[in-house]
Amino acid sequence: MTETAHEPVTTLATPIRLDFDFTPGVAQSRFLKGLAKATFMGQRCSVCGKVYVPSRGSCPTDGVPTTDDVELPNTGVVTTYCVVNVPFAGQSIEIPYICAQILLDGANISFMGLLQEIPTDQIRMGMRVEAVWVDEAELTPSLSSVRYFRPTGEPDAEYDTYKEYL
Amino acid sequence: MADNEVLHADHRLEYPYSRSTGPVIGAFLTGLLDGRLLGVEGSNGSVIVPPTEYDPITSEDTGEMVEVGPGGVVETWAFVAHPRPKHPLDRPFAWALIKLDGATTSLLHVVEVDSADGITTGDRVTVRFRLPGERIGAMSDIECFVPESGGEGR
Repeated sequence: MTETAHEPVTTLATPIRLDFDFTPGVAQSRFLKGLAKATFMGQRCSVCGKVYVPSRGSCPTDGVPTTDDVELPNTGVVTTYCVVNVPFAGQSIEIPYICAQILLDGANISFMGLLQEIPTDQIRMGMRVEAVWVDEAELTPSLSSVRYFRPTGEPDAEYDTYKEYL
Repeated sequence: MADNEVLHADHRLEYPYSRSTGPVIGAFLTGLLDGRLLGVEGSNGSVIVPPTEYDPITSEDTGEMVEVGPGGVVETWAFVAHPRPKHPLDRPFAWALIKLDGATTSLLHVVEVDSADGITTGDRVTVRFRLPGERIGAMSDIECFVPESGGEGR
């Protein structure tokens, strides 16, 4: 009906956005502040003796607060893993890459980490690995302080030593 | 970073959807770029704003686009004394259903008034568009509606 100086509008950006002020709480703040110092901080349950990393501040088995802080070493074992070959939106790592469950030495729970410096067909359960940290100036209270894990070259751990954590 | 300090971080969760407008809403949004308000002819002489592809009562196809406004009448309203960060204005305003001149349906938008005493049902208001260079082909190209009297004389 009317002339227009503009190309007709055919699409409309309609982002849906939620802005959070996220707080990890007291217990996980302790873990994150440890990462800023290139250390893994966990907590031990005073009843069962298990060490949780990161700790949620209580033992899920015994229901008691965990107050005993434990600094864990840089090394651990791959309990299980997944080779990622599928691209997806927002992917920040070049495929293929290895996503591994890592049980730090002295810990009683594993967490997920990126494994590098090994071809994807050579990864195996029980492999000994160590954390590679970012440069000291780049350390922050976040998991991005851990660049990745890599094999140490030590002999593989016996299956019986980590089978509880699969 | 004290040992007992609890950390905080901003975290944004966002889904960047892009929608297809279709020919009718597309024409309405193109009109906004031009600083014009467009409705569509519906059944039985109605003029629907914002326009739809089908008459919501008879389900018949709608007809030609027609220009409406720029003035209109407040049919009902709700005053917002303390705007939230994502509200269209950063100062007090009223949400309002506005029946534009020439339309038979009403449009939800905001009226710039600084108190609830500044607006009432039946008030005349008129559109204020953003400057041409700031328009993007979206509902926000209408900055707000303002009292036709300039907010005085009531």
